[in-house]
Parts: sequence; C-alpha cells; structure tokens
Amino acid sequence: MKTNRRNFIKAGTFTTGGLFLGINFLASCKADVPLPKDLSKLNFKDFNSYIRISEDGYVSIYSANPEIGQGVKTSMPMIVAEELEIPWEKVHVEQTGLNSNWYERQVAGGSQSIRQGWDGLREAGATAREMLKQAAANRWEIDVAEVEAEQGAIVNQTTKEKLHYGQLVEDAAKLEVPEKVEFKKPKEYKIIGKDVSNVDLHKIVKGEPLFGLDYYEENMLYACAIRPPAFGQKLESFDATKAKSLDGVVDVFRFGDKIAIVANDTWTSFKAQKLVEAVWTSDEKLESSEDHASVLDTLLSAKNSEVLRNDGDVDQAFKEADEVIERTYAAPFLPHNCMEPMNFFADVKEGSARLVGPIQTPKWTQGRVAELLKIEAENVTIDMTRMGGGFGRRLYGGFALEAAEISSVMKRPIQMVFTREDDMTQGTYRPASKYKISASIKDGQLTGYKLKEACINGNMYGLIPNFFPAGALKNYRVEVAKYDSNITTGAWRAPYTNFLASCEQSFFDEIALVLKKDPVQMRLDLLENVKGNTDEKIEYSAERLQDVIRLAAEKSNWGKAKEGVHQGFVAYYCHNTHVAEVAEVEMVEGLPMVKKVVCAIDCGIVINPIAAKNQAEGGVIDGVGHSMFGHFQFKDGKPSASNFDKYRLIRMTEAPKVEVYFVENELDPTGLGEPTLPPAGGAVANAIFKASGRRLFNQPFINAFVDNNPLM
Amino acid sequence: MAQFKLHVNGTEKIVEVSEDMPLLWVLRDHLKLVGTKYGCGIAQCGACTVHIDGVAMRSCVLPVSQIENGMKITTIEGLSQNGDHPVQQAWKELDVPQCGYCQAGQMMTASALLADNKRPSEEEIKQAMHGNICRCATYNRILDGVKLASKKM
Ligand code: FES
Ligand code: FES
Repeated sequence: MKTNRRNFIKAGTFTTGGLFLGINFLASCKADVPLPKDLSKLNFKDFNSYIRISEDGYVSIYSANPEIGQGVKTSMPMIVAEELEIPWEKVHVEQTGLNSNWYERQVAGGSQSIRQGWDGLREAGATAREMLKQAAANRWEIDVAEVEAEQGAIVNQTTKEKLHYGQLVEDAAKLEVPEKVEFKKPKEYKIIGKDVSNVDLHKIVKGEPLFGLDYYEENMLYACAIRPPAFGQKLESFDATKAKSLDGVVDVFRFGDKIAIVANDTWTSFKAQKLVEAVWTSDEKLESSEDHASVLDTLLSAKNSEVLRNDGDVDQAFKEADEVIERTYAAPFLPHNCMEPMNFFADVKEGSARLVGPIQTPKWTQGRVAELLKIEAENVTIDMTRMGGGFGRRLYGGFALEAAEISSVMKRPIQMVFTREDDMTQGTYRPASKYKISASIKDGQLTGYKLKEACINGNMYGLIPNFFPAGALKNYRVEVAKYDSNITTGAWRAPYTNFLASCEQSFFDEIALVLKKDPVQMRLDLLENVKGNTDEKIEYSAERLQDVIRLAAEKSNWGKAKEGVHQGFVAYYCHNTHVAEVAEVEMVEGLPMVKKVVCAIDCGIVINPIAAKNQAEGGVIDGVGHSMFGHFQFKDGKPSASNFDKYRLIRMTEAPKVEVYFVENELDPTGLGEPTLPPAGGAVANAIFKASGRRLFNQPFINAFVDNNPLM
Repeated sequence: MAQFKLHVNGTEKIVEVSEDMPLLWVLRDHLKLVGTKYGCGIAQCGACTVHIDGVAMRSCVLPVSQIENGMKITTIEGLSQNGDHPVQQAWKELDVPQCGYCQAGQMMTASALLADNKRPSEEEIKQAMHGNICRCATYNRILDGVKLASKKM
C-alpha cells in the first residue's frame, strides 16, 4: 500500500468531541477510495479503516481481518501500535465489519494475514507518528529532527518538553501526508516480540457474548435445516405435520433441496427437525469409500495425469537405478469439526440484507448473498463475530446463504444453526487422497524422485511442487490426477500439504535407511544441493530449512533418546514458514503414544510470542490428532460419523507435550496458523516405525494397531 | 410447556419452556446466558459444562425438568464476580484460549476439579479434563492453567 493523500482520511469531528486521524492500515487497502466530499461530516460510524486518537491520548486501532483463533485481532494492531510508538496499554482494538471500499483482503486463510499485512500496518503506524512529530515541531517552531516520539508523546529533545498525541492530533491531521516514512529497526521494538495477551481474553474467560451463536436481536427467530442425508440425493417430498404441531414451531418449508425449520428457540427447531419425514431420491451415484479407494488406485497407475513439475530426466534415472523404492500412502476425507457449529444471522428486507456471523470470507459471501437475493452487493452488510474455529470450513459461506434465504422467506431476522450432526455430515471435507512416491538409487546415491497424487476433486496446485525437495534433486517429477465426486471438498487447515508432507517425510525416512544415512544428516545434505540453484520457482530457503533442522535436532537431543522413547524426524516448508519437528513415541500396552513433539520454526520476526507458541502447539497437536485418529468414511453417499461419539478428536490424555523454539532473526514475519500441522503426521509415522518396527502408509495410524475399534 | 424455577448464579429465574428442553438451551436462548456453549449435544465434548451444586455436569443432556428445586446452577458467568476465580486468573495469565469457544467448558470442569481436589496430580488433571475437547488443541496450556490455578487456590 502506498499511503497517500487520497486514502488518508484525516480529521473528523467525533460525536463525543474527540478527534481522529484516520488512515488505511492494511497492506491491501485500496488506494483509490474517493474522499467523502465533506470531511467535517466524518464520524465514528462512517469510516472504520483508521487509527483513532482521542484528545486524552488513547488510541483505537481497527482490526479488519476475521479472527478465528489465530490471533490477528491482537497481532495486527500490535504492529501498528509499534510504529505509532504508543504503549499497548493505551490501545483499544475494535473489529470492523466488511467494508470493501476500504479493505481488500478481509480474509482469514492460508496463514497470510500477517505476512501480507506487514508493510501496510507498519506504514500506517509510522506515517501517523511522523505527522504527529511534524505537528509538534511546528508548534515549538523547531526542526522535526529535534523531536522524538516516545510512548504516546512527542518530546522536544532540547527542552525535554512533551506533548501527548491527543494534544497534537488535530494539527497533525491538517498536514501533508509524507511520501516516505522510515520504519523502526527490530532492535527498537517495544511491543513486537513481547507477550501480549489476546484482546478478547477477559471476555472469553467471563463467558461474554462473542461468537456467532451468541448473537441475538429482539424479534429474532431460530432456524435449522434438513439437507440431503447422502451426497447425490435430492428432496422429493416431505411431511411436516408432526413437526408443525410441536409447540414453538413457527414454520417448516422447502427451499431448494432443503427443508427449513423455524422456531422460537434453537432446541425446538432441533427437536422439530427430527419429526419431519422426508423422502429423498437420487439420479446420481451415491459413492462409497471403497469406490474411492479403487478409483484412486486406478488414477495412480493411469498415464493421463497433469505434470506440475518435471526436472531432468526422471525416467532415465529410474531405468539406470540399482534400486527403486516405491510406496503408496492413503488418507481419508476429514471434517473440520469447528467447535462452534456453522451458523449465521440474517435479516433480509426488501432490497437489503444484514448478516452477522462467523465467516472467513465476508467479501465473497456478500457477493453470493446479493446474487441469491437479486439485490445490489452494496445493500448487503456483513459483520463478523469471533469464530469458534475455522480451519478452512468457514471459507465456504453456504450457511450464510441459507440464513439469508430463510430470513427472506420469513421476513424476520433469523439465526440459522447447524446441529453438530449437520455440521459433521454436511461438510466441505479435506479430500481423500493417495500418493505414490518413488525413488531411484544408484551407487548409494538418490538419483531420481517422482511423486504422484490422486485425489478426490483435486488438491495440489502449481506452487506446491516447488517446496522441498524440489531443487535438491536433478531428476524430479510431480504429477496429479483427480476424480470428480459429488462429495463436497475444500480447504482444510494447511490444504494441499496436510497429508502430502506426512507421506514425503515418511518416505525420506525409508530412503535414509536404505542409504544408511542419519535422517537429519540426509536432509541437511539434500539441502546443500539446493544452494546455488537459480530456479526462481523454488519457494523455500535451503539455509533457513537447515537452520530449523539443526535447532530441532539440538533441542530434542536427536539420536540420544532414553530407553523406550523413539524419535521421528521431519522438516518441511509451507505457508512461507520453515519448520522441523521431532516426535517422541512410546509403546503403551501395544499402542503407540505420542508423548512429546519438539518443534523448531523460522517464521521471521515473531510478533507475539505467547500467541505464536499457542498456534504452533495447536497445529502440532492437531496434526498428531488427525493423523492418529481422523477416520471418516462414506457409505452410499453418507458419512460414517455424525458426532464425537463416532468421530475421534484428540483429547487431553493423548495430547503430546509440545516444545516450541523459534529461530531468532530480523526477517519479515510469515504465518503460523498452518505450517506446524503438515509435518506432524510424518514425525509420528517415523517415530512409530522406530517404536514398533511398523511402517505406516495409511491414516489414521491407530487403525494399524486396533482391530474392531468401536470408534472406527 | 411448563414453568420452572431455577436458581442460577445466585438468583431465581422463572422460565416457561418444554420440560425436555436441556438446561443448555434454557440458559442460552431463554436466560440469555450464552457463555455456556453448544458443541455436540450428546455429552461428548464438554463445551456445555456447568456446575450443579458444585458438580460439573453436561447441560446439553440435562432436561430442565430433572433439575430439582433448590439445586444451585453455576455457569461461567457466575463462576466469580469479576472474572477473578483462580482458574480465570490462570487462564488470563497464560493466555490459554485460541478461538476460545471451548474454554468456558474447560474452566468449569477445571474449577469443579479444583474445588474437590486442590492439588491434583498431572495425571488427575488429564483424566478430569479428558471429556473436554479443544479443537484448537490448547491442551498444553489448559494443563498448565489448571496447575497454575491449583497454586492459587
Ligand atoms: S454440548 Fe454438551 S457435551 Fe458437548
Ligand atoms: S480454544 Fe478453540 S476449541 Fe478450544
């Protein structure tokens, strides 16, 4: 973002008498937003893309990105406050709604909020700081070089006189916006790099309303829906007599292939949902997991796949090999299972709609709602609540559309809620997939590597094949093939790599064994080959990956585990962050237990260590949990599990202790919501191999140890 | 529909709801105490945990009609006056939550454990917390949080 005259809304009269300096502070803020004609009419409600400085020196910073527990509502304003040079205690953070005039990337996804916001956020803070300095210099009639910003005040370096920001903001707002501002040096940071607790923390611990499901308005009704129980089915007819006779049920009606149940409270709508008798038909194939397994096998051996990267002459390398290793890995669909089930509030009126709820993609949803209701997008407002988890599921706002549709029929504000069963069975699942990975070995060296993905509805795309080990091997090929299914799939935390990393890293372990090399040393050696590679497509840094490998090896005492403790190693790069992990597994009564994971991370400058560690720990445990237990099948289009009695999520007694170490450097920050998850599965597989002698190729791993597991 | 007199967070409340309505939904939709969360509805996740006479219970499977007269219900909103119960203090100090959705349930289970057993061992904490799922997997911090709260009790 270039902060310029046009997107730097300056002074306005705040209704309570304060003044504010408004500036766009997101990297992707639009630069060409027209200024309102009458600046004096600006008020708190009109613009929400600014830093507001009150007369008493307090600062409000607006957070535009959706908060799903990844911490951006705290960490993004921290960056602004740092450059603004204001103590954190004086900062108040507010969540903004969707405002496409002002912000472009109001999305939570891909671990990109911090990385893409870094420059814009700093520029916003620094620009305001410089203008406040100038205003003070003007007041004292001295050169701006003679003043410094210190903790919310401008200090005259000669006289030590002070003016706090609130005393300067009005003057500052009248100044020209500087073309170029200097950022602080990392050494000067006072907020970045310090532990700052989550800005909503005090509300969370007291149980105050924060989430979508907590949203309430007078006159609101509650709704749930019945959707086709199997993928591929359509609604033929239904009988709602019993449901409608239930006290508190307001209406039951069809919309598309779904049935809406509207009631005076949530429970009544859930209860009525069970009383509706629906008849479903199908002219599509109702698919089962066995079908998928064989379809994916066929795709793995078929010739017509899409080649995403092809270095050297892979076929020749395999022809000349002394030895070829080939393995096939499989993973199931996975539901997201956000702790807060999908829900949305909608109030649709003639020509307009107002929506409130948990959504990772407000802008996209706004457009879709407008299209659905055949109204202008600008007449659809979306406010974002805190989200009880996202993991990719809330990228797909179908639930918001359902809420809008039900409200438009009822002509009443409604809150539409998924039961847990709806949430688990009406998902946008991580696609089931298989990988075939092969390596050619000649004269004790790895000479060729090929990887093929077969996936339901597709997965990997252009960027991913440029991750490690791309660039480390002369002969290297990645190809993909897909099968189009009527089961809906989509992004699931660390999409594309959440299973891929596990397979590749487990495969490396086998190669190391064949080459009689230590797995850590083998990776370090492979990465040596990458240095000097001039291919600009290579996404990762060999040096940074080597650094995290060494850090993880050191902190885990790699190779020196106690009797009965078995270590597995991985190193991976995704979402712009470099990670290495060591898992420690012990066998307890014949079952592998992941006791500890050491995780070394290079994500550049760590903005908020206490929250960054939390993210990293969560990502690791999530990765361990789903690779160990995540089991989800389809039978005739119907999911095998619909609630937590049949779907096993990792719990307290199974969660490993996670130790997190960050590489300290002054490089630009990258995301942390996802990158610690994909490697975890491989670390566990490698450790289980050492612990049990069994090499695991299929997730969930627990299935290899448990016959007739009642949960499976 | 029937009338029920409930003793919630120190005050009497009268609600008129159907008798099979679980306490969870009475709290959320009728008393507007939304700190108690819906996660599964089948006593599997712990998000809806409240105290009934000091004992941690899953309110999602507890029909309102089974709450006997005089039973004291405590929700997260009533755990302390100012959000300063030792568990809440510990949760704040360690910045336990990520999304935060499960945390009311976690804190209610933890506080019931500590009321019963001020100095639980690590194993006892893990067993007591096993019924509460955290999808964000803040388990390490929850464990540390209970230990810290135990010191404050
Ligand atoms: S909602 Fe009650 S245990 Fe899950
Ligand atoms: S903090 Fe998100 S579910 Fe526990």
